Amino acid sequence: MILTATSQQTAGAAIAAPAGAKLAKPRYHWFVIPGLLVTLAIIIFPWVFTVWMSLHEWKLGGAAQWVGLRNYVELATNQRFLESIWHTFYFTAVAVVLPLVLGTYAAVVFHREFPFRGVLRTIFIMPMMATPVAIALVWTMMFHPQLGVLNYLLGLVGIGPSEWVFARHTVIPSLALVEVWLWTPFVMIIVLGGLAAVPTEPYESALLDGATQWQMFWRITFPLVLPFIVVAGIIRTIDALKAFEVIYVISNGGPGTASETINLYLYSQAFAYYNVGNASAVVVVFFAIIVVLSLVLLWARERAKWNT
Amino acid sequence: MKTTMNRRNLLKGAAAAGVLASPMLNTKTLFAQSGAFNWKRFQGQAIEVSLIRSPRGDLLKRHQAEFEALTGIKVGVEDIPEQQQRQKIVIEFNSGRPSFDVVHLSYHVQKRQFAKARWTAEVGGYLNDAQLTPAEWDRADVTQRGLDYATDDGKINSLPWSVDYWMLYYNKELFQAKGVAYPKSIDEIVAAAARLHDPANGVAGFVARGLRNANVPVWTQILLGYNQETTTGNPPRLLTDTDDAIAAARVYQTLLRNSGPQGVAGFNWNESQSLFAQGRAAMWLDGVGFAPPLENRERSRIVGKVGYGIFPAGPKAHHAAMFGDGIAVAGASQKKEAAYLYCLWATNKQNSNRLLQTGSGVPFRRSTFNDQATLSALTVPKDWADCVRGSGEIARAALPVIGPVTEFRDVFGTALTNTIGGADPAAEMRRATAEFRPVLERSEQG
Repeated sequence: MILTATSQQTAGAAIAAPAGAKLAKPRYHWFVIPGLLVTLAIIIFPWVFTVWMSLHEWKLGGAAQWVGLRNYVELATNQRFLESIWHTFYFTAVAVVLPLVLGTYAAVVFHREFPFRGVLRTIFIMPMMATPVAIALVWTMMFHPQLGVLNYLLGLVGIGPSEWVFARHTVIPSLALVEVWLWTPFVMIIVLGGLAAVPTEPYESALLDGATQWQMFWRITFPLVLPFIVVAGIIRTIDALKAFEVIYVISNGGPGTASETINLYLYSQAFAYYNVGNASAVVVVFFAIIVVLSLVLLWARERAKWNT
Repeated sequence: MKTTMNRRNLLKGAAAAGVLASPMLNTKTLFAQSGAFNWKRFQGQAIEVSLIRSPRGDLLKRHQAEFEALTGIKVGVEDIPEQQQRQKIVIEFNSGRPSFDVVHLSYHVQKRQFAKARWTAEVGGYLNDAQLTPAEWDRADVTQRGLDYATDDGKINSLPWSVDYWMLYYNKELFQAKGVAYPKSIDEIVAAAARLHDPANGVAGFVARGLRNANVPVWTQILLGYNQETTTGNPPRLLTDTDDAIAAARVYQTLLRNSGPQGVAGFNWNESQSLFAQGRAAMWLDGVGFAPPLENRERSRIVGKVGYGIFPAGPKAHHAAMFGDGIAVAGASQKKEAAYLYCLWATNKQNSNRLLQTGSGVPFRRSTFNDQATLSALTVPKDWADCVRGSGEIARAALPVIGPVTEFRDVFGTALTNTIGGADPAAEMRRATAEFRPVLERSEQG
């Protein structure tokens, strides 16, 4: 209301001004400056500085030395870094696809009416509320090949013990298992939101046409909730790419470097070896990877929209 | 403005200088008059101390009031876990304005890095200054190994505090059950481990660290038995792909792959400790500080059954791997003398005796092992103290004094972990050496 009155007064003043009088141009651009300064300080400057550092060899405690693109060239031929990219994608794929499948299934189950649904749904989303570091410590103990509960449970059903995070070939799926446990409820909540918005008419028609439960899910429910699944997929993918706590606490990238993701490699370079220049180059490359993946996911989201 | 030297000006200057110097003169007078060391010289100051969270750090915190009463210096302590403390202090030192005046450092990781960057204050001058170092601190009581650890390029940059020798913990009950004697050589360890290995009953013959980085001391302990370290000369040259280095890696592989528990490639000291304390490993090779948990009935099932053995001789030499901690004054501290007094107190005879008595660590002091009051009040078995003393007589540093120690441990640790998975030790050690050589060369140029 005040804004409207002020606008009217300003407009009135402008109309009342004598013809030919030179109007002072409003200097709105000054209002942009604080925002611009903040943007420069917290986004532009860190980025420019990171790129600048990536062009230097700089170890904490020593002087920075200009090396041009050498850090990038070395990364392109660094077996450990290249393997870390593969580990990142492998971990991300498992830690995204499984929660999407299980979360969607759980959403369909919890969308139906049944006794104690509210209580069970609350219990189901509890892992999501836990602190990842604390959860990782608990899972570390559970994974212990000799003293952990997981091998004990496998033994009860006649399955031999696994080495879980203590062997190269099982470490990434095992770590992804923790992520699945943590984040399946998150997918469920998003898909449940989608299910609540689905109209009932298509189901009534399908029932009249004699469709089975599976056909109704696959032909009606899934296409209608797909945009929600894609949104959950985008968020989970970005999260899984950046996953750190669970991997760091449970395996620290090991055994050897078998579960070292880009983030873990970056951490080693920056905070274990103090190679600031090299770590900055990793940041730039990692950022480029995330940008490309995000563009692909946004394209997928556009394709999954209802109106297309 | 022109000043002329006359009698009046000279008297004024002398009076002013006298006023300014009075606190110092007063201190000197007090020191001279009492004949005793003046611990109260920096009374009223406050210092900050950065400690690694450990039994050693706990000990200093527990007795901190004693230092504050002695000196009148107020102490603020921040103790955080080892890995985090190491990262934090490097970043703070690099900022030029660390938040602490005293810092707990690990020689085997940080000595060269800190010395090159001159992050810690040289204390050699303080040690020779009778007003800053009391006679009872007794420099001659500190072992030469400790002083060597604290010295870089002839400068003493810290005070040696606690040493960690590696020893072989063994389960006497399991040894007796199979009639196996304590091994006298590395070959006998391999043979004993194979005999004691009993996976059907959930018992591993041997356990030690398989996890990357953490596992390197296991290999270097074995390598010392070949009378070899990992580098030689100045600038350092790698000796990690020699026949002996490969042979040591092969022993490591044989022990952990053939006689180790399932999943040992991911074991650090804590997983190894859990397994050994549950009576499910016959031998465990690790540092000196595990007697208290192993002899604690709430945490161990093998109380009273643990043997503490000096690591046996190798084919060419007999050494116990040695690692050490020191305590130093931050070079950027504005209260260096007060901080130095804290370092003196932390490493004095009383605190050194407490270290051994509680099994929290082993001091770099000779007198501790002759102090009957300490030995009679040990809270850990006397066998452990005997093992520590024996290990001290054959101790030798087991990690190279180079800048990129963590990278060294990561690169060679990965190679060692790979050998547990079945990779060829020779190929792995050669690959790791080729990978690390440029890192080392670059660090020496920087």
